[in-house]
Order: sequence, then C-alpha cells, then structure tokens
Amino acid sequence: MSEVLVQRPTVRGGVGESVPRPDAVPKVTGRFDFLGDLHAEGMVWGATRRAWLPRARLVRVDVTPALTMRGVHAALTQDDVPGHRYQGQKVTDQPVLAEGEVRTWGEPVAVVAADDPETARRAADAIIVELDELEPLTDLDEALARGSVFRHVRVRRGDPDARGEVVVEDTYTTATQDPAALGTEAGLAVPDGLGGLDLWGPTQWTHVDRTQLAACLGLSPEQVRVQPCRLGGAFGSREDLSLQTHLGMLALRLGRPVKMVYDRTESFVGHVKRHGARMRYRHEADRAGRLVRVEAQLLLDGGPYELTSSAVVANSSYFALGPYRCQRVEVDGYALRTNNPPSGAMRGFGANQPCFAAEAQMDRLAEALGLDPLELRLRNAIGPGDHLATTGQLIEHPLPTAEVIRSVAAIPLPDALAPADDDPRRLPGGTGLTTPRDRVVRGVGYAVGLKNLQFSEGFDDYAEARVELTAEGARVHTAAIEVGQGMVTIIAQVVRSTLGVSQVEVAFDHTGRIGSAGSTSASRQTQMAGNAALEAATVVRTQALERLGGDHLDDAGVWRGEQLLAPLAELVADGPIEHHVRYRHRPTQQPDADGQGALHVDFCVAAHRAVVDVDPDLGLVRVVEIAIAQDVGRALNPQQLHGQIEGGIAQGMGHAIMEEVVLDAGVIRNASFTDYLLPTCLDAPEVEAVLVEQPSPWGPFGAKGMAELPTMSATPAVVAAVRAATGRALTRAPVRPEDVVGDLR
Amino acid sequence: MHIERPEGLDEALAALAADPHATLLAGGTDLMVEVNLTHRRPASVVALRRVPELREWDERMIGAGVSWARMESGPVTGLAQLARTVGSPQIRAVGTLGGNLGTASPAGDALPWLAALDAEVVLASDRGRRRLAWDEFLLGPKRTARQPGELIVGVQLPEALPPHQAFAKVGVRQAMVIATVNCCVVRDADGATRVALGAVGPTVRRARRAEALVSGTVRPSAAVLDRFEALVREEIAPIDDHRASAAYRRHAAGVLARRTLERCWS
Repeated sequence: MSEVLVQRPTVRGGVGESVPRPDAVPKVTGRFDFLGDLHAEGMVWGATRRAWLPRARLVRVDVTPALTMRGVHAALTQDDVPGHRYQGQKVTDQPVLAEGEVRTWGEPVAVVAADDPETARRAADAIIVELDELEPLTDLDEALARGSVFRHVRVRRGDPDARGEVVVEDTYTTATQDPAALGTEAGLAVPDGLGGLDLWGPTQWTHVDRTQLAACLGLSPEQVRVQPCRLGGAFGSREDLSLQTHLGMLALRLGRPVKMVYDRTESFVGHVKRHGARMRYRHEADRAGRLVRVEAQLLLDGGPYELTSSAVVANSSYFALGPYRCQRVEVDGYALRTNNPPSGAMRGFGANQPCFAAEAQMDRLAEALGLDPLELRLRNAIGPGDHLATTGQLIEHPLPTAEVIRSVAAIPLPDALAPADDDPRRLPGGTGLTTPRDRVVRGVGYAVGLKNLQFSEGFDDYAEARVELTAEGARVHTAAIEVGQGMVTIIAQVVRSTLGVSQVEVAFDHTGRIGSAGSTSASRQTQMAGNAALEAATVVRTQALERLGGDHLDDAGVWRGEQLLAPLAELVADGPIEHHVRYRHRPTQQPDADGQGALHVDFCVAAHRAVVDVDPDLGLVRVVEIAIAQDVGRALNPQQLHGQIEGGIAQGMGHAIMEEVVLDAGVIRNASFTDYLLPTCLDAPEVEAVLVEQPSPWGPFGAKGMAELPTMSATPAVVAAVRAATGRALTRAPVRPEDVVGDLR
Repeated sequence: MHIERPEGLDEALAALAADPHATLLAGGTDLMVEVNLTHRRPASVVALRRVPELREWDERMIGAGVSWARMESGPVTGLAQLARTVGSPQIRAVGTLGGNLGTASPAGDALPWLAALDAEVVLASDRGRRRLAWDEFLLGPKRTARQPGELIVGVQLPEALPPHQAFAKVGVRQAMVIATVNCCVVRDADGATRVALGAVGPTVRRARRAEALVSGTVRPSAAVLDRFEALVREEIAPIDDHRASAAYRRHAAGVLARRTLERCWS
C-alpha cells in the first residue's frame, strides 16, 4: 500500500465551463475538411440538369447529347431510379428527378457524371429538355381556395362566446427566408463493391436519410451507410435530402465514387427555406388588459412537396399566440402546396412567423388599451401551473416568461447617438454616406418568443449513445450530427462531469455502427444526445466503481475514501468498460380534433429588446443593439450560449430588415449573395444577453435546448422598434426601405 | 482557353490586335463571377495585371488598372468616398476603375463621379488613341463604345478638380451592397454644380435642369432645394427590379441628391 498522498484531481472541462470547441482552430485556420473537401481515389464528378420554369409539363428528356461527350460516364433520369422513385421525410411525394410535371423552378430533371466538374456541367447543359409551360400556383389565398393543402391544423379552446371589448386585427406577411448556410450542398458516394455504398452528404439526421436512400436506391438499410458529415451550417436546411439520392444513383450505376458540389446559385434552389406566410389575426382583450379571444388564420407556403411542412404548420398553430393566457382561441393553420420553392425546417420551425404577427398585435393592443407593451405582456404571461392557450397543455416545468420580460427590461438602454459621432458606420446607410446625424430617429421595440423543445405530437423521439472507458479516457459514440452549433463540446462536458474523467472524445458514427440520435434540430441535442451520453456515462461510472469496490472515479483512477485503488489503465486492463443507451423523453400525445392535448415535452422562452436608428426619409435602418433575456435551464457552456445568441440574433434581425428570397411568379430573383443580403459585421448589432437559469428537471445538469429562440423574437423586436421610430404600421417582414418611407405614389 | 499575359501596354495592345475579341481581365471581380455562373466562357483572355502603365495616376489621368483600395486611400474626396462603398476589402484590393467602366453596369459606383466631372474615357489600340466623353462611351446597360481591339487605358480628368465633391449611395446594408441609387455632386469654386445619378436609368444620368437651378454662388434656400429635389426626380428613369421599386428609387434619388448637394457646403 502506497504511503504517498495523492491529491484527488478535479475534472477539467466539465459543465459550466466555457470549454473551447475542438473544431474551432481548424476551422479558422482552414484545416477543417468540410463536405466539399472530400476526396476518393478514382472519383468522378456529378452535375444536375434543372428545369427553368416553375411549372411545366415535362415533354421530353434526351440524355444522348451528354452521353456522346468525351469524359462523360453517365446521364440518368427518373427512369433510372433503381428503387422507389419518390422521396420525403414524412410523405414520399418528391420525385428523385422530375417525372411528368415540373413543379418548381430549378427542379432537378437529370444528373450526369463526368471526369471533371466542368465537363459534368457542360454535359448537364447538353441534355435536351422540352417543357410545356403551365400556369404556376404561387398565391397562398388562391392555394387555399383551391384546396391545395398539405395539412390543416385546427385549434379550438375555451368558451366560444368569450368576447373582449378592445379589438385589434390585421394581416401580416413574412417573406421566404433562406437558411444561407455558408457551406453549400456537397457530397460523396462510394460504392462498397458488394452492392451497397457509403454516403457523405449534408444532413442533420443520418438515419432518416438512410431510410429514404435505401428505398430509392433499391437497397436494404444495412447496405447504405450514411456517414457523419462535416457541415458548414444547416439551420434546418439539411433535414431534407438534396443531392444524396443523385449521388447514390450515379455511384451504383458506375461502380465508382461520385462527388458533387453545388455552387451558390444552385444551392438557393437545392435546399429548403423558411416558409413565407400570410397571417390574419384578431385579438380581443378586456379593459384590464387580459387577452379574451384570439383568432388566427395562418397560411404557410410549402412549395410543391410536403417535406416537413405538416410539422412546421403544427408549430405555427400551437405557438400562434406566444406565451400568453387567453380565454378563447381559434387557430386555423394551413400548410399549402404551391409552385414556389420547397419550404421546410428553419431555426424556429414555424414558430417564427406567428411570433412576428402576434407580437405586433400585442403592441397594438397595448396602444389601444393605453398600457405599456411590457405591462400588457406581463399581465398575460404564462408560467408553470398555467395551460398553453392553444393546446390546453399544463405547463409543468420551469417557464420563466415574466422573468425574461423583466430581465430584458432591466438591461440599461444604450447611449443615444452621440452628437459628435460622425463615423458613418454607426449611422443608417453606413458607408454609403446617405444620412446626416440630425435626420436619425431612434426607436425601441420588444418581443417575446415561445417554442417547444424536441419532437412533439406523439412522435417516438429517442437518441442513442455509447460510452467507453479505456486507459486513454472516455469516448462517446453517437450518430448525432454536429452542424456547427457546438454539440460536440457539450456532450464531452456532460460526460466529463458525469464520469469525473477529463479526457473525453466524441466519436461520430455512421448509421451501421449505432442507432439513431434523432435530428440535430428542434433544439434537441443538448437534451437528447446529452441525456443519452449522461445515462451511459452514469452506468459506466457505476460499473467502474463496482469492479474494484471504489466510491469515486477521476483522472487518477478509482478511489475508496482517500485511497487510490487503481489508475485508469489498471482498471480497464481486462477491457474497456462500456454502456449503450437509447434515451427517450417522456411521451407526448397526438392532438385531438380541436388540437388539444399534452403535445409537447417542454418549452422555452426568450424576450428581445431592439434599439434601432432609422432614416425615415430614405427608409434605412441600423440596428444599434439587441438585448435578450433567454431561458436556458442551466448554462453548460456560457461562451457557446452567447455564440448561439449572437448568431441567432443576426439571423433574426437579418429577416427583419434585409433577408428575403424575392419571388416573382415562382422564380427566385436574387439567388446569389450579391442580392440575397445577409447582415455583415457592420450590420450586426451589439448584443447584451442575460441568461435566465431555472434548471430543467430533466435536461442534463438542468440544461435546456435554446438556440432557436434568439432568432425567433429578434425579428418582431426589430420591426417593433422601427414602428416606434416611424409610426408606420409595418405588417411585413422584412421591412423594405419603401415600407418605411410609405406613400410613394 | 488561351491566356495572354502582357507585361507592358504595347504588348497588351499587340495581343489585342492579334485577337481583337479577346476578353479583358483586370481584377476579375465582375468577369470571374460571370465565368463561375457559366454566363460567359471566354475562348481567349488578355490579362492586364502585369501592365504597369494602367496603374499610373497623375493630376489629369487615372489609369484603368487603379484599384478601389488605392482610390479609397487616395487624395480625391469623391473618388475615395465612392471607392469605400464598393464590395468588401478583398474586392477593393483587386477591382479596378477600368473594370467599372468596362462592365458599364447602370449601378457602377465610379460612373456618377466620372459623369459629374465630365471626364473622358481614354481608349487605345495598336492604331492609336481616342478620347470619348463619358456619355459617348456609356451606351446602355453593360454596353460601351469600346471597339474590338481597344483597351480602356484610363480616365482623363478636367484641368482642375472641383473643390467640392460628395458621393452617396443607398443600399439595404451598411456596406458591401449594390447601389439602389447612387449620386455624385461636384461644385466648382465659381458655384457651377453638376449632379449625376446611377441605378436610375439605363446609364448614369446627369440632372441638368437641377444643376442649372443651383449653379451659382449663393447657397440655395429651402424652397430652391425642394425644387431641386423635384427636378432630379423628373430627370431620371428608374425601373422596378428585385432591389427596389421605381417609385422608391425616384423618391430616394431626390433625397439623396439634395443631401449630397448640401454636403458640398459643409
């Protein structure tokens, strides 16, 4: 027995620390291999031939001119799909390649493979495609009138006769927003020589991709190994397949690896977007400022294929009011089938559009009542013990609505624009030198957002993880996808704090090695992959202690009291200690005919305050500062939380004043970063963030998923601030300069 | 693709004489976008970066190869202001004045300044040089009077630059944005004032009636400025596109021209 006193080490990099991301330095120094950097020996390059009309009868596709070109190896159409010819996450209604009818601008018609990207592109252009133009359906009210509906969500709750004295109503519009991930779609398919293949593509959920790919490629799921990918951003746009099936078809046909990379223009038609929406609202309140009745009709532009629209419209409908009590609610949400570009998941998943409308309604109601807008919100704020006004679900877990409102209001306002401040970068119009200081008007606006966490409506939602403890430390296996949000850091922190061991590595496994972790979306993975890793690590720790009868595990090894029983290497001399977990959150219910039930597992809230400087004569807006109070459960990594908050705010404010997919009868007019404007570092505002920590009873170490909320209520807060500065109604996002100027004709 | 890389002006002109329809490459910030989008597939290219004569800049002449970055940090007020609004620092490091002329976009940011100065465009070929007034050179959207075999050598400036110059540009972003409207106002010591606007017609426009109204030594009254604003709006021909409506452009052009004019006194 050693007499040397060993100090028990403290775990490094556990929860609560701002642990740096393992991929941070490689990414900023250019040494991180993104999807587009993939390479395989002997690979050929794929390219896609697309349709140039939003709707047309597909008369003829002739690939012969492509096939006769030197260096071209294959040119495939819908007739060449080996298995099921339609794909889709929920309903398989999207043809792998156009069949019979083209239903959206830029729809893929044929794919080719050639020796190099340039030849592939020219071969794709050489394919003869004959289209017979048809009238596209692009208007939402017309789509509704024609019954072109993917899903109607009907919500009815409370006393139908309840009426309020004070009424505000209007119609609101949000334009289509592009996720605009910096990494475009790219992928690589490599045949395994046994009839199957390995596939790297842009994904947020490898197992659901595998299901669709296996069906379309005519393979068993085991023959398709969907590999973890190294994404340059997702925001929801990688939940649906883009180029994967095409790569698989070409690779199987040729028996050699095929790579494909979309350029920026192709990317704009190659991934799903945030639904454009038209929303009619009527709010009624009593004189005391209590919401009595809310009626809402929500029209969401789904594009031609269902994809995730049926789930998105559910979110829109259930979060149509925001975090407020109300006696009577009538919501009709419609996901509509049109010939506009396909919509799908994007950060906030349908809760953003009604948040824009409903928060504007709250401001109007406050004005009509002569109440402070925050006071009106506080009088109606829901919290634990209340029922969600739409679904009637009892709020059982912490939901600090009033706290986030009070916290954001308590953040000191930024200084007024200094009279001597002539730096044009701080004035509306920026470097364009448009705006003298004395023409600037300041406005302040608030908005509050509410959203569900995880999957809802009875979905069997689970995540698998396996933890191994070896002499080198612990390794966590998961199929969860790191899209850039930082889950890789969080999982390791959770396992460090659970095991007491500092050396923890996260191994991302393909679909053949481990079961599904579910999607990296719906603010899921901190709680889902995090809890799976936590449970697995807890069992590993117990087994490690039991092996030697210890009572404590850390970097030194296993202890009993003050005595070190064995270092890690000795503990695992006979093999690693490992445990595999399939973690499920508590089940949710499916809605009844009135949209009622405990449909969600948990909720999250945030409140934003935007301060803007506006040039009313030119309609130019500079967002000075956005303050946010955000419900986080518990901060596992404060720096990452602030990163998600700042990024989310940039995306939300972008949609408030510049980000819009400009559609003209189904055609995208700004499919480039020259004209689809994203905020630059001169546009992004200062951010003041307060984290409201009320630990979740079921999240790992009390944490909640949170990264959608910073985007959601940023958009309505910015527009509210522009309204405050200008007095304009501004019922549309993004606000355009001409909307601010008004009365131009 | 055939690429010539001449190392002097004579070599460049000889290369162009041998291949008059060759595509000219300077900074590449317009051309390479078109190539990458497959809108253009040049069969042959004459690359101009190694031609030192094009980078010369003296009192009367700015070489076509002068970059936005040099204009931005240079001594000429209006030119520095407009150069700062072009693209990102990377774009400004390589993009050139000659490229802006050659592309001849209705929204080109250097063009209002050249028009306000009544500058001339100097073209050269192996047969000699010619000078065209800015409005003889710019013929329409992305159309110029440059003939096959000709090279834009630079811009000829008036004998004295106006002491008052101001440029402004409306875009929906604080920087790095294509102009919705841009405007340059210059004012000579004797009060003669010239006003040019871009992105409000097929080519850059001079608002000559508005100029006449305010050309004088006296600072205009508010009523005159109102009239000036209205005249500017009458003298342009904006269109609706994905960046803005014609109505907004017309409105903004008036506001912008008036404010830019007022800066010529501050």
